[in-house]
Amino acid sequence: MILARVIGNVVSTQKDPRYEGGRIMVVRPVNPDGSDAGEELLALDAVDSGVGDIVVVVREGWSASTTSTGSPGAAIDSAIVGVVDSVEDYA
Amino acid sequence: MQLARVVGTVVATVKSESLEGQKLLVIQPLDASLNQYGKPMVAIDSVGAGKGEVVFWCRGREASFPFLPTEVPSDCTIVGIVDSVFLDPVSRGQRT
Repeated sequence: MILARVIGNVVSTQKDPRYEGGRIMVVRPVNPDGSDAGEELLALDAVDSGVGDIVVVVREGWSASTTSTGSPGAAIDSAIVGVVDSVEDYA
Repeated sequence: MQLARVVGTVVATVKSESLEGQKLLVIQPLDASLNQYGKPMVAIDSVGAGKGEVVFWCRGREASFPFLPTEVPSDCTIVGIVDSVFLDPVSRGQRT
């Protein structure tokens, strides 16, 4: 799983039926200190996250499908599975 | 999933039987601001995407799921056509 910041969302009418009812969020990977860590990606929201939140994103299909749609086997490779309250960095 | 733009079509006569009838498109990955990055790749279309459209695609094993029960060999499938992308001006520019 990775840490990311929610920076927006995508509106799509024509999509795979398994995405119906889900929110497709644009997230930007971040380091534990909050700095950017790579290119943005899209993730289906499973926890009612909001724009600006730091979140935990799972990047594995089975887990992502199950958490965001309730059952596995959907064409979903990333899902937001947690909203981060704080990160303690031992370094 | 990631954003991409459809930039081409691939025609292949000789291909895996399970690819028969599938549309192969060339897509250019885009970041959230719709600037292109990385290399173009070949994707299978599951939603009827066309030339120039902004789409989002799914990578990996999950990319073959839209075609079940047919086992289509794909690691990159277009799963949605983008109407619009909203980016929060504050969060988007936030760099710490």
